[in-house]
Amino acid sequence: MKIHEYQAKAILAKFGVPVPRGEVVFKKDEARAAAQRLGTSVVVVKAQVHAGGRGKAGGVKIAKSADEAAALAERMLGMKLVTPQTGAEGRIVRRLLIEEGLDIKRELYLSVLVDRAVAAPVFMASAAGGMEIEEVAKDRPEAILRETIRPAEGFQAYHVRKLAFGLGLSSELVGVAVPFLQSLYRAFLETDASLLEINPCVVTGDGRLVALDAKVNFDDSALYRHPELRELRDLDEETPLEVEASKYKLNYIKLDGTIACMVNGAGLAMATMDIIKLSGGSPANFLDVGGDASEERVKNAFRILLSDPNVKAVFINVFGGILRCDMLASGIVGAAKELKFKTPVVVRMEGTNVKQGQEILQNSGLNFTVADGMKDGAEKAVALAGAAR
Amino acid sequence: MSILVDKTTRVLVQGLTGREGSFHAQQMIDYGTKIVAGVTPGKGGTNHLGVPIFDTVAKAVQETGANAAMAFVPPPFAADAILEAVDAGLPLVICIAEGIPVLDMVRVAATLKNSKTRLIGPNCPGIISPGKCKLGIMPGFIHKQGHVGVVSRSGTLTYEAVGQLTGLGIGQSTCIGIGGDPIIGTSFLDAIRMFNDDPETHAIVLIGEIGGNAEETAAEFIKKHVKKPVAGFIAGQTAPPGRRMGHAGAIISGGQGTAKEKYAALRAAGIHTVESPAEIGQTIARILGKPKSKPKAAAKESTARRSKKR
Repeated sequence: MKIHEYQAKAILAKFGVPVPRGEVVFKKDEARAAAQRLGTSVVVVKAQVHAGGRGKAGGVKIAKSADEAAALAERMLGMKLVTPQTGAEGRIVRRLLIEEGLDIKRELYLSVLVDRAVAAPVFMASAAGGMEIEEVAKDRPEAILRETIRPAEGFQAYHVRKLAFGLGLSSELVGVAVPFLQSLYRAFLETDASLLEINPCVVTGDGRLVALDAKVNFDDSALYRHPELRELRDLDEETPLEVEASKYKLNYIKLDGTIACMVNGAGLAMATMDIIKLSGGSPANFLDVGGDASEERVKNAFRILLSDPNVKAVFINVFGGILRCDMLASGIVGAAKELKFKTPVVVRMEGTNVKQGQEILQNSGLNFTVADGMKDGAEKAVALAGAAR
Repeated sequence: MSILVDKTTRVLVQGLTGREGSFHAQQMIDYGTKIVAGVTPGKGGTNHLGVPIFDTVAKAVQETGANAAMAFVPPPFAADAILEAVDAGLPLVICIAEGIPVLDMVRVAATLKNSKTRLIGPNCPGIISPGKCKLGIMPGFIHKQGHVGVVSRSGTLTYEAVGQLTGLGIGQSTCIGIGGDPIIGTSFLDAIRMFNDDPETHAIVLIGEIGGNAEETAAEFIKKHVKKPVAGFIAGQTAPPGRRMGHAGAIISGGQGTAKEKYAALRAAGIHTVESPAEIGQTIARILGKPKSKPKAAAKESTARRSKKR
């Protein structure tokens, strides 16, 4: 789960990580009042959307007075911010963070995540703060310092010293860095974060370290033990169809093709997208209905797939294991009768109770195209989508 | 022969009395798997599906001589269940659960490193040596005893590949689903090393996914050490970067872990790459030099066998 920068900073502050003073605002007048309360000669107005690259896209501006902050807020609220991470459709700005300006001497990069190759958390740091870290990783991998943390040992002061001296910080700043980085690590662990990234972390003129930006993503699987974090979800930042799908525990990701697919299992769902492409079509979505799908869930899946206006054909590809083909077929027939759609549907079923499933489809009186194997199914769906265009 | 599980495997099921545990344990028993114990805290001393239940894994192992554990435990309690099986000294643990917190698995992985236990999963269908032992949730009837080792990160995509092989009359030595999570107990590399050492495995199917670099690591090993033919497919050629494709591990991040990179690594290792998921079976058939005729007849045969069993 992703959260906004201002929410991430509030969490970090709770763990003792220094962050700039600031307030979130939703209206122009709130922006003016917030800037007045901050009372610094310069304030920063930052668009809050779940995407990076905001600065270059015009989502971060400096104001020299409260009036200017209000004027900027008026312009930014409601604007569509397009960054490399939002895609062409962009994101509407609905919230702004008004923050004090700081005297910045140096910018650093810090992050914590789990390195799957060694199955342990890794703390990363770089002197190339404020830059696209992926570019740095590609061009100068040696500029990124890494400390792998042994779970039984934890993140020790010596880890921080290795990183901080490696970044060329002065002895005084290394002393500041130890509690700073250890607080970050504690925040990472205690919130079950999947990524914690401070880019940049700044060294100020008066010798402090401050998290100038903050990105925290949480491990969805661990949210059950953090009900307070779940509250931070902002549905405006998610694709409406994906929000709808998540209500029914459907794993759905919208793509921009014309062939909707409904599959059981993530691997087979990806492979189904691939074979649609290989057959000359393009997938409209990724959808895993799961191994324990009920008729009800299949019905809802259908409804969600069909509410994508780009969809010209549906390809159902199911290899029944725990999910029985007869149950799936009943779900499909029920959905077709209830939703009364005209979109052509290709069904490929294999595995548990496949014969009973096929009989249900054949006896339904509805017009399904039955496929023999996933290649045949993909080709039929591509042909039908082409014909429907 | 086969790897990891066979006729001698004595299975303990954690969570046997639960809904899922009961259902799948019965399926495993029907397949011929020897289930010798169940563990449900508080239900020790009772019987379920004709199997004695114990309160702790340690007690169950002591009383029954179980040598493998199968955990049917919900994700919040799965790490605890795995650790209990490790503590009891079991050489093999299979964990099906999808959605175990990553930091729980960090702790489990650290403990596993200093233990004699091999974990398969989590978030996987399990392992099967056709005709001998099924430790998992895969449909047993689609398999056929034979000489192809199958290793995959996915569940149903593995069934797809196995279905194609069986349909062409090609049997499998062992099929392992290693799981779709970022942190798993058994890697592609581990599985391929075991298949390489198994004299009954003549060819290997590797089914990977986008995300991480486990396929690349395995390819590196295959290049150096594996003389047996290997066919490889990678799911997610069309997946967009930055989006998690269902599996927690299936995500292209920072330009790493794309299908293109993985295919390049497989090709560089001399692996027979398969572009279409519909051609996994045919590729193995070609490698083994068998005619790819009459897939229909073969499929029917396997269906007939299933109905006889029921």
